[in-house]
Amino acid sequence: MQADRIGVLTGVHFIDGDFAAAEGAIAAGCRFAAGYPITPSTEVVERLASRFPFVGGLFIQMEDEIASSIAIQGAVWAGAKAITVSSGPGISLMAEHIGYAAMTETPCVFVNVQRGGPSTGLPTLPGQADVMQARWGSHGDYAIIALCPNSPQEAFDLAVTAFNFAERYRSPVMLLLDECIGHMLEKVVIPPADEIEVVPRRLTEKKPGDYLPYLPGDNMVPEMVKAGMGHRFHITGLTHDERGYPVMTAAAQEKLVRRLVDKIRLASRDLALYEARWLDDAEVVVLSYGITSRVVHRAVEVARERGAKVGQLRLKTIWPFPEHLIDQLLGGRVRSIVVPELNLGQLVLEVERTTRGRAKVVPIGHAGGTVHEVGVIVEAILEAAK
Amino acid sequence: MSTPVATHERPDAPVRAEAPGCEPPENPVTKFLRTDRLPHIWCAGCGIGTSVNCFARAVDACKIPLDNISVVSGIGCTGRVAGYLRLDSFHTTHGRAIPFATGLKLANPELKVVVYSGDGDLTAIGGNHLIHAGRRNVDLTVICVNNFTYGMTGGQVAPTTPLQAVATTTPYGNLEEPFNLCHLADSAGAVYVARWTTYHVRQLQKSITKALQKHGFSFVEVLSPCPTLYGRRNRVGDGLAMERMFKERCVIKNGAATHDTAFDALASGQIPIGDFVDRDRPAFLQRYNQVMRAQLGDDFVPYGEPEIDTRAEADQFAGPEG
Repeated sequence: MQADRIGVLTGVHFIDGDFAAAEGAIAAGCRFAAGYPITPSTEVVERLASRFPFVGGLFIQMEDEIASSIAIQGAVWAGAKAITVSSGPGISLMAEHIGYAAMTETPCVFVNVQRGGPSTGLPTLPGQADVMQARWGSHGDYAIIALCPNSPQEAFDLAVTAFNFAERYRSPVMLLLDECIGHMLEKVVIPPADEIEVVPRRLTEKKPGDYLPYLPGDNMVPEMVKAGMGHRFHITGLTHDERGYPVMTAAAQEKLVRRLVDKIRLASRDLALYEARWLDDAEVVVLSYGITSRVVHRAVEVARERGAKVGQLRLKTIWPFPEHLIDQLLGGRVRSIVVPELNLGQLVLEVERTTRGRAKVVPIGHAGGTVHEVGVIVEAILEAAK
Repeated sequence: MSTPVATHERPDAPVRAEAPGCEPPENPVTKFLRTDRLPHIWCAGCGIGTSVNCFARAVDACKIPLDNISVVSGIGCTGRVAGYLRLDSFHTTHGRAIPFATGLKLANPELKVVVYSGDGDLTAIGGNHLIHAGRRNVDLTVICVNNFTYGMTGGQVAPTTPLQAVATTTPYGNLEEPFNLCHLADSAGAVYVARWTTYHVRQLQKSITKALQKHGFSFVEVLSPCPTLYGRRNRVGDGLAMERMFKERCVIKNGAATHDTAFDALASGQIPIGDFVDRDRPAFLQRYNQVMRAQLGDDFVPYGEPEIDTRAEADQFAGPEG
């Protein structure tokens, strides 16, 4: 399906990543947002608050992030596409409802414009230390999709993708910006509506009585429903059967939770978005995401000028972690994978796990607050290439 | 030859010999229940089921199409209400029924949205949401079953537990004064506030009917026995004894100022009950559409209530240029 013309600001814009993410959400058909002010993500909801009245949408500033993260799910069950937006401390407060969305299979988008943490940390400065929180932030076993743009343009593009993935997999999706991308002003090209692919809500066409809200359909994903259609359905965060009724048994738990995890895990190849450069002759690969990938871009150029056979793999999808990409890398001549990130070693743990000793993995940790020095990454590449 | 016995009945069940046309009428509440989920989890003597009975009859009285009503619960004994009602129903997280219901209502204003939960859920962990929903006057009906304790988790102290009452987390008596929930809801801005008990079933049913018909945030407190975890520990007796206590101590004070409606459930004084607040002020979405129309004119794409022309009412919200 193509995007609804209403809401798509086709044209060339000079806006920041926060605004671009908001425009992407609107283009994807999002018409409900709930949020609470927090730096550096507030501009996303400010944009939505000013734009929504022109496109038939509604933004409500809730009393806290907890309320915001569940209000959007109420809106989804009334039929809307919905988003909430926050940063570190606010995302921590939303954690329970990320799990609720996963458990109830509520398609919705959570934006986290990452800042330095832990706790109040560095409100106005960048970090990438919420990567593991994005994956494991709520309690219990579940799987989630997380996307990491590295430019305002991509904040727009991946906001659309985030909604599409949410609908396709009936899952919460995290859109992980960072303070740099959120506040960076760049050219953003918004294409005509008919060039933007939008996945509509897959509402059941079954008659009341025939429909089961948790009967797995294609790819283990059940069809959706909304309140007022006559199905008189029940939704609960308790472990439930295909009717949505609570069932307190180990067997029901095994069946449900395994499907919730597998529907995302087994779709990893379809979900994996990435960009690769100079991999053909690479003996060293720098794996990065978000703002750090832009520093890596320069560092790889410098290292190649100095003779290193180094390539770059930039992940746009970090969860589910694209294990097959690591396997592909290691099928060739790659000896080392260098992983710079604005944290003290988070996604590198996944790289180490999937490498399984087949290559040397070199983390370049950084506690956040600014980006890496190009020289630090160049040195690490040259050292790894020796 | 004996009459064949229907297979769903017990073989030893007595065969009913009723003349055609004399079958007892269906219980009016049955159509509201997911009978395939019975028996329910509530204890003997608990008042939650009674409140559900009143709620179902109130919905019937309002003639709200059942496909059009959604019930949202939080966590706890009363939180299980959503699961037993054969309506679109949502069992959400602890304390968060109101913000979930806010999103549900705002994204489809055609729905009648009812929040049905307990005192601990709505006024302790969910207290912040309660006051803000009242302040912004979202069009929701909140039914708060107040049994003075946390039943589901075994009887801990709640913001509604009377002073000196024994709970598992106040083994030597509760030190904190309880909320007067009706005063709280009134102060927050609710357009309709009432308190009844599970003894006053007719009044409760009428009150829920009124609440459902209000446009805005309505709040109905239902005092209810929890014989297992509150009554027994505090020597109030079983469910019947607590209903008798409600009968003897409650005084109907319709229209009373809510700051005068506090009570001590453990002492011997009066318990004021009644319809306390009934007023009108613009509900959230009504004002949203009016304000946006005034500010943005024809560029505004109305949210939710497209067929309601808000232009006439918009003038009062127009800015200096409007």
